[in-house]
Amino acid sequence: MTMTPSERAGRLLGRTTRRRAAEAVVRTLIYAAGLLSIVILLAIAVFLFVEARKSIAEVGLGTMLTSTQWFPTGTPKIFGFLPLIIGSLMVTGVALVVFVPIGIGAAVFISEFSAGWFKEVMKSVIEFMAAVPSVVYGFLGVAILIPWVKATFGLTSGMTALTGGLVLGIMSLPTVISISEDALHAVPDALRQGSLALGNTRWQTIYKVVVPSASSGIFAGVMLGLGRAIGETMAVLMLTGNAAVIPTNVFESVRTMTGTIAAEMGEVVFGGLHYSVLFSVGLVLFGITFVINLAADLVLERQRKRWRR
Amino acid sequence: MVMSAVLEEVTAEAPFALSEPVRVDADRAEKVSGSFSLKDVSVAYGNETVIAGVNMLVPSRAVTALIGPSGCGKSTLLRCLNRMNDEIGNVRVGGTIALDGLDIYQKSIDPVDLRMRVGQVFQRPNPFPMSIYDNVAFGPRTQGVRKRDELDAIIEAALKDAALWDEVKNHLKKHAFELSGGQQQRLCIARALATKPEVLLMDEPASALDPISTQQIEDTIAELKDMVTIVIVTHNMQQAARISDQTAFMLRESMDQPAHLVEVGETKRMFTNPDDKRTESYITGRFG
Repeated sequence: MTMTPSERAGRLLGRTTRRRAAEAVVRTLIYAAGLLSIVILLAIAVFLFVEARKSIAEVGLGTMLTSTQWFPTGTPKIFGFLPLIIGSLMVTGVALVVFVPIGIGAAVFISEFSAGWFKEVMKSVIEFMAAVPSVVYGFLGVAILIPWVKATFGLTSGMTALTGGLVLGIMSLPTVISISEDALHAVPDALRQGSLALGNTRWQTIYKVVVPSASSGIFAGVMLGLGRAIGETMAVLMLTGNAAVIPTNVFESVRTMTGTIAAEMGEVVFGGLHYSVLFSVGLVLFGITFVINLAADLVLERQRKRWRR
Repeated sequence: MVMSAVLEEVTAEAPFALSEPVRVDADRAEKVSGSFSLKDVSVAYGNETVIAGVNMLVPSRAVTALIGPSGCGKSTLLRCLNRMNDEIGNVRVGGTIALDGLDIYQKSIDPVDLRMRVGQVFQRPNPFPMSIYDNVAFGPRTQGVRKRDELDAIIEAALKDAALWDEVKNHLKKHAFELSGGQQQRLCIARALATKPEVLLMDEPASALDPISTQQIEDTIAELKDMVTIVIVTHNMQQAARISDQTAFMLRESMDQPAHLVEVGETKRMFTNPDDKRTESYITGRFG
């Protein structure tokens, strides 16, 4: 067992070199995996831009963004995104009205008023909601909501911005609930105790201390819910009626950006102008969701720093 | 009400002389004195009784220190006094705890009202994530104070009482997290004082702080005892000797039996000539 100091040093050196090499390999792999997501994101942006180039050159991005009519197959062809953008925003707006109060309420309920097995069951159910395919939500909307909206508001068709928005709101709930619940859970218990000890009721503690302390996380959850709603395709395609006309209220049929791409991509001439215009629609959608997600991430990051004391 | 007769008996004067209380806040002095009487108090978590048979008086406008080894139920007993134990499920408090003769565990008492009269400062500073001003204004706003000048006056008084005013008077809009740990703890004291409590419970308020901040907290406590009754849990024997008028020594002698109150008395006597051998051993550092 005895070794001279130099032998021992040699053994140590050998091991260190091997270990260093292994570490370098692992580190490179991990870096590569991390970089890959950035590469993919950039590739999507570049790819969208390349395919959209033709339409930007021939029609012009400004013209597409400001024209109020969408007649891709008429003569002359008119590629105005406004009906699609407003359609998307209207459906998303309805969804927002649904998922903000219900989502925050559910998150507060799970975080502050439930415990033990019940809490775990609730969280699993919420996660399961996120796993249901969007086409299934679309079916539910077709079977239940379309007739309901038609009968309740006395409309000729139940396929409206309202119908799509209600279903989108429900579909965005899991995102909003789980992120808001995380934010509420991260509020230190010492703050709740401090508030109760000052003679506040549980409700006062929740709306004066806990929710404000988690506000940036809740805001991030709402933003991510928005991103989910605006990017959703299948359910809105099935429920909104897809009339590409600028809507004046939520009881009218609308066509969203996502719905347009999904419905028309199969019928266009590959590489043609209409094909390229659809990529421009995708580019706009990509830009909107990118900004929303970025905002949510920045806010979440600030929240994480706040409790790291 | 058989109970009231019992309570009258136990809410009598402290069994030893305390310095004459100085009434700083006339409004508060009129209302009540803020003394506690504990009669045969026990606490159980589920089926396990953790504290049993505590009988003691907490005299008004004086500092009472609860000492004893870790896990002897000091903090649990402290949280009984403002019913913070109610917030943990499955806790039962037996016996009678009375604030100025009023049984605080009777049905008609709302713990929320009680906590406005019995404030608490926690082990680790827990300021709310808002400005210094809003932290102190939190309690008064809950009590319905809305007028700006009225709030300003309450906040200035509370910060002065907590010996923080001079350091923050020009930075009231600053976020509370920008303060140092010691300043945050004094902010929490100010926040508790702003609701004008009659009793202030302190659960090892200086254990997370450096020596200088600890000194400042102790000085603050010395100033405050003219205004409020203070009950403080501390691990630090010297601290108990320095700041308290009365000391209660608790002990849980084995895991099979609940903790109990070994001895309670005037601090000077407890630290020089305790009645019980166990108190002497603990104070001289032989265990705990």
